[in-house]
Amino acid sequence: MTPGDRQRQRQGLGFLLPWLVGFLFFSVYPLVASLWFSLCDYSVLAPPVFLGTKNFTDMAQDPVFWQALRNTLLFASAAIPLGTALSIGLAVLLNQPIRARGFFRTVFFLPSLVPVISLAILWQWVLNGQMGLLNTLLAYPLRWVGEILGTSCPPPDWLNDPLFAQWGLVFTGLWGTGHAVVIYLAGLQEIPAELYEAAELDGTNAWQRFWHVTLPLLSPVIFFNVIMGVIGTLQTFAVPFILTGGGDGPGRSLLFIATYIYQHAFRYWNMGYACSLALFLFALIALLTYWVVRLGETRVHYAGR
Amino acid sequence: MPLRTPDLHFLLGARVGRGTIKSPEQWLLVLFLGLGWAGCSPGEDPRARGRVVVEYWEKWTAYEGDAIAAVVEDFNRSQDRIFVRRLTVSKMDQKLILATSGKNPPDVAGLWNTYLPAYVENNALLPLDRWASESGLREENYLPVFWEMCRHRGHLWALPTTPSVTALHWNKKIFREAGLDPEQPPRTLAELERFNETITRKKPDGSLDRIGHMPQEPGWWMRDFNRWFGGKVWDGESRLLLDSEPNRRFFAWLESYPRRFGGPAMDRLRGGFGNFASPENPFFTGKVAMVMHGVWLDNFIRNYAPPDFDYGAAPFPTDEANPAFPVSVAEADILVIPAGSRHPREAMEFIRYVQSPPAMEKLCLLMKKFTPLRDVSPAFLRNHPHPYLRVFLQLARSPRTVPILNLPSFNEYSNDIEANVNEVLRGSLTGEEGRTRLQGRQQKALDDKLARWRRVAAGRESTWCRELAETP
Repeated sequence: MTPGDRQRQRQGLGFLLPWLVGFLFFSVYPLVASLWFSLCDYSVLAPPVFLGTKNFTDMAQDPVFWQALRNTLLFASAAIPLGTALSIGLAVLLNQPIRARGFFRTVFFLPSLVPVISLAILWQWVLNGQMGLLNTLLAYPLRWVGEILGTSCPPPDWLNDPLFAQWGLVFTGLWGTGHAVVIYLAGLQEIPAELYEAAELDGTNAWQRFWHVTLPLLSPVIFFNVIMGVIGTLQTFAVPFILTGGGDGPGRSLLFIATYIYQHAFRYWNMGYACSLALFLFALIALLTYWVVRLGETRVHYAGR
Repeated sequence: MPLRTPDLHFLLGARVGRGTIKSPEQWLLVLFLGLGWAGCSPGEDPRARGRVVVEYWEKWTAYEGDAIAAVVEDFNRSQDRIFVRRLTVSKMDQKLILATSGKNPPDVAGLWNTYLPAYVENNALLPLDRWASESGLREENYLPVFWEMCRHRGHLWALPTTPSVTALHWNKKIFREAGLDPEQPPRTLAELERFNETITRKKPDGSLDRIGHMPQEPGWWMRDFNRWFGGKVWDGESRLLLDSEPNRRFFAWLESYPRRFGGPAMDRLRGGFGNFASPENPFFTGKVAMVMHGVWLDNFIRNYAPPDFDYGAAPFPTDEANPAFPVSVAEADILVIPAGSRHPREAMEFIRYVQSPPAMEKLCLLMKKFTPLRDVSPAFLRNHPHPYLRVFLQLARSPRTVPILNLPSFNEYSNDIEANVNEVLRGSLTGEEGRTRLQGRQQKALDDKLARWRRVAAGRESTWCRELAETP
């Protein structure tokens, strides 16, 4: 190794060092510490007291935890497929050679630039049961449906009705699909035009081309977005927290695992229990991500391989 | 001529000549760094020089924040040894505990009294018994309920500043419209519900246009509502009392609401309510005719209600089976000295100043509240703008007025009762189901907190005795 190589190596390590230090202090240490705290009663102010597995047995018997888990999984299972379908659909449309394509791409991307706090407050009003924009739009068609059926069909009270609150949150999430659309657009532009020409020569229609050419070749991008979606939706916190004013929503329908962790850690001063919840969430995310990766091994088509 | 600067070579890259700034981009970078540096350094008040600086965290903003600022300013002018630097802090209950655990707390902080037991049991505060008694701040100076709420586990931990008690507020115009005597508020809950039926107005589709009273508006005292039924949340030792007869009556009363008015209809009406501090407050818009509120409501009526808004205030009605009248719950802002305060003696000096009658009356007058002190000057009563101040004073002095709930598991209980009560009011749970569920869950939360306390109790007591002995 020449003196120049050694100097470059030192420089490289020097540039890496801030990240390494940050990773050790802000990722590795909290992870290890939370493993220890999850076995303790820890109020933050007093030293932790070892309890064994009590926090985990409490968790298994805690009905609010199970409700938060059910809410989280239900939300993820609605938000990920809907978000994926909508963003792929929008990306395909925005990939068509239409006039003012750049303008439409910008329009669909812009909402994802809105800060999450503003987004939540905005949607509080959009979803307002009495004077919200969404219900104002729904009022006329629902009245029409009601007249046909001979009954009254009031629009849903999105944020006050446990049946609809999670759907309200799903719609809020769809508002930010612009980010995924951009990634799908990049993926779509990577698909060789010859494949579409060949498929056309084989007499396929537009749907067949989408199903047999676009989707398989877009599958690595879908795979990436689904993994990010799983991680993101299981960690949902800010928007429901603001939509409910820091509460749990009607019938606790907007209480998610991340919110429940926050409540125990910072409002109830049960940091030990919060750490056991956080570890559970970590394991759940790891497990689902592993499952998606395994699924991807057979379903994702990499053109280079 | 390029400006000589510190060596920015590392930041600006190889194109930059050592020690000089040449391009506009580099000027921009220096400008941003300078702004960042300026933004990070606190602008020191010149009056703080040479004085002991007491860091004071306070939660209030807007007109309440201005009131605190005025008293702090008076204190800083009144002497030349201590300078109190006030910082407005949101989510005080959470941030103070984190700052204390990080050994970087303020010297003095303004909390709500409800958090006191949890803070005390987690060793987050300094006991004030000896300081208070040597400063001449004694129990007999205060209205009993406000002194009582500053004590826990046999010690004094705080001193009250601006207090409040809750009372019924009713819209006289709506009373007149409904054919009720606007000067005769309900005295019992049965009467309140009769008035409620008379006042409530439904639209042709069955939805509510206006309601006389609903427990969720504003719903801030749900955990204390059982007091008007003669009930208590816990025995003060170890057991929740939600299975007691008064608590059963309380939940039965809640259950009657969705039966009479419809849970979804009430939810839909609430969906249209605006914020408390806005002209869309449902009491100001006439959507709700009777509400339970604190002494502060008058100030918000002046600021946000229509100019001709005509209201009254009286003790909130009690259940027929509860002979006690008038009943109310009291709460207060309190000043505490966090454990780890760097200048506890000076912090106490500030607290003592705020507790002096002139400062306290100024603060409470600016906040449009009454004072927690037993003696009130005639000028305070004369100058106070609240038209029903005497109602609140009468309630504050009533032996049947009790401090707002002080449970070691207060936050868990508040969250859970709100969730359960909302389900009962929606009609998705019966009163019995809500009550039983709450008792089971919250007894466990309380047991856990008490178990934590038992593990540390002996150590805490000796720490506090040592702190008291070391009091300067």
